[in-house]
Amino acid sequence: MTKLECKEIFEKLSEYLDRQLPPDMCDQIDAHIGACPPCVQFVESLRKTMELCKDLKEEEKPAPLRHHALSNLRSAYQKFSRERNAEKGVLKNGSEA
Amino acid sequence: MAGNLEAPIGPLRPQSQDGAVESAAPRPAPNKEVELARRLIAGDESAFEPFVSAFQTKLFQYTYLTCGQREDAEEVAQETLLKVFENLAQLREPEKVRPWVFRIARNVCYMKRRKSIYAPEEEISLDQLMPSFKDDGGGRRIEIADWKGLPDTLAMKGELRDMLREAIGDLPDLYRNTLLLRDVEELSTEETAEVLGVSADVVKTRLHRARLMLRQRLDAQLLAGVRP
Repeated sequence: MTKLECKEIFEKLSEYLDRQLPPDMCDQIDAHIGACPPCVQFVESLRKTMELCKDLKEEEKPAPLRHHALSNLRSAYQKFSRERNAEKGVLKNGSEA
Repeated sequence: MAGNLEAPIGPLRPQSQDGAVESAAPRPAPNKEVELARRLIAGDESAFEPFVSAFQTKLFQYTYLTCGQREDAEEVAQETLLKVFENLAQLREPEKVRPWVFRIARNVCYMKRRKSIYAPEEEISLDQLMPSFKDDGGGRRIEIADWKGLPDTLAMKGELRDMLREAIGDLPDLYRNTLLLRDVEELSTEETAEVLGVSADVVKTRLHRARLMLRQRLDAQLLAGVRP
């Protein structure tokens, strides 16, 4: 097994942290990281960056939709529903005929 | 050494044994959205409000971080939902409702900013995002800020949240979109590829660069002495 250099590790870090790498590649990265303090520092900073991003979505909530906006959305959905039912009706009548 | 970390990284294996591509990121019950989409398509109006509620917040968060303005984000989220209902007949596969909705949001967002989605942007080279190594006689080390004191969560950390949002806002569109969909909205690699109209490999490459860029920006802030 060839020893991986730091740069090669950096190239694979996101996939490593996302657990998307095959086991043999994970083993090589684990072996390198286990003996390379600079890489540990770097991996930790990248992992923290990712964790903070996940947390960001919990922070902001939109204002509730106004009645008028909700009513527009519902009208659009009801239009879709009517057209879908009409299509079904045509198909049904067609097959009965 | 890994043992020096407060939270050791540990071996990170793919969850499936047969190979690679199985994302480890927990998904917030995507089946709920798929189920709601199925019911809507079947004409079940009782699914309407839960569907709106499930997507309104997600769309707002995505567009807020893309557009940068709260009012714009609320408007884009509403406009996206309107387009979703107007075009519901085009959703042939309800299991793809998340990428389909986010793809519409992305287009609405770009229209709002009057910017072509096809505008080419330069790919950033990995070398630009690597830390520099130093050998000061006592062993090799990298020039990196001390991240140990930084919390893993944003709770109660207003300045850190602002710093992160600003850093995300500064990312080139190409990378920001990928990062927002994968790391903030937690879409899978494949779903993100579908939203952005690129391959899964391109998503992986851009995501990695986006994370590295973000890390670099936060690192620079920490090195400059900004302590949230």
